Amino acid sequence: MPDPTIDPIIERVIQVIVKTQHMDAGTVKPESTFEDMKVDSLDALQILFALEEEFNVNIPDEAAKQLKSVADIANGIRSLLAEPAAAPPTPA
Amino acid sequence: MRRVAITGLGIVSAIGSTRHTFWSALQAGLSGIRPIESVHHSLLRNLQGAEVSGFDAAQHFNPKEIDQIDPFALYALTAAAEAIADSGVDLTDELRQRTAIVTGCGLGGKVTEDQGFRDLYADHKPRFHPFTIPRAMTSAGTSQISMRFGFTGPSLTVSTACSSANHALGQALWMVRSGAAEMAIAGGSEAPFTLGVLKAWEGMRVMAPDTCRPFSKGRLGLILGAGAGMLILEPWERAQARGARIYAELAGCGMTADAHHITMPSESGAARAMSLAMADAGLATEEVGYINAHGTGTQANDSTEAKAIRAVFSVPPPTSSTKSMHGHAMGAAGALEAAATVLALYHGVLPPTANFTTPDPDCDLDVIPNTSRVCRVTAALSNSFAFGGLNAVLAFRALTHRILP
Repeated sequence: MPDPTIDPIIERVIQVIVKTQHMDAGTVKPESTFEDMKVDSLDALQILFALEEEFNVNIPDEAAKQLKSVADIANGIRSLLAEPAAAPPTPA
Repeated sequence: MRRVAITGLGIVSAIGSTRHTFWSALQAGLSGIRPIESVHHSLLRNLQGAEVSGFDAAQHFNPKEIDQIDPFALYALTAAAEAIADSGVDLTDELRQRTAIVTGCGLGGKVTEDQGFRDLYADHKPRFHPFTIPRAMTSAGTSQISMRFGFTGPSLTVSTACSSANHALGQALWMVRSGAAEMAIAGGSEAPFTLGVLKAWEGMRVMAPDTCRPFSKGRLGLILGAGAGMLILEPWERAQARGARIYAELAGCGMTADAHHITMPSESGAARAMSLAMADAGLATEEVGYINAHGTGTQANDSTEAKAIRAVFSVPPPTSSTKSMHGHAMGAAGALEAAATVLALYHGVLPPTANFTTPDPDCDLDVIPNTSRVCRVTAALSNSFAFGGLNAVLAFRALTHRILP
């Protein structure tokens, strides 16, 4: 396992959260939870949307419900990226 | 039954985004119609609009709020905040629980929807922004006002196309009059400047290529507008007891349906709505000294409305269309026009029909052409007649002619 403080996926997850939530850079840490960050359910939807765009993945509804922290998200993204069929289909 | 006082006004419009700038422009006959800025002209046939002016969302809202709220609801919130501050009312917990919110909105968050549909259909993006629904729902303005000010009374949105705000104000009037609410914030808002909405209106072939000239012989159609108007309604006695500045009495409302045609207006539906508004207000026709017309500037509306006014009034009062200045702001139209009418009664100045050129024998009315008129009147009507024949007329009584309790 690489050091999570320099994990590029975690870095990108943090950037997405900082940008969508208009937070100050540095206030989101790898160990931050939605509760710490005062992210409500609607904020979480916006973060999920932006993560799907950022990583070009499709986060299933069931998996999305389990995500409560930066670390959860990064782990989830990492496993989605490992799946060969991770990319969402493009409409015709 | 309680009398209902109007004690606060808030405005976002093409002719200014405070009640003061709005009234200055109306009094001066200044039109806010100008080339559309927010939509690229390359695909448009008609390039003129009445987009909001003097409104900077960043001045009133933080970036997160701007993310979550469509412009039509930002306008509603901004006008609501101004109206509440203007009223000077003390928002106690008890009053918050008994305050109704009734907003009119014809289209909902089209700016939001248009962006989402463009992403999906044109850019083939596989996902929709999750704020699309909460931003676009037509009731978002009411919800945002409720959350911002902690109002927890009966709250709803009325959607009757171009009459939405008049229906909303009429509903709020009846709630405060009956005691169902102790105060109401009511009006309407709209943000229709998107490529999709403009193209849809082009398809109706009722859009003016030049400007909005209500009741003029050379009129070529309507000009879309945007904005919001919000009014604070309070029981007369409570407003008086707290020493509130009362602009006018919202004295009555008349609502009818034409049962006629999905776009063509009917003279009888409009005439009955005016008569019912006066009956609800206890006003005689001779007492009405001003009508703020629906006056869209289309061929059909203006001649039909003139005939309806002549059918109700043997001597029609001076009648102007302020849409010539703030445009046809759809779900906000009735609220902007109610504010214009209230300010006309309060200041004793009747706003003109701007852009007027040549009289039309089919619109045989004194339309207060181009220049406002100093004139104290006892009472006034404000007309809204929607596509699909859904009519709502508000009746106002001036302060100086009120019957003291």
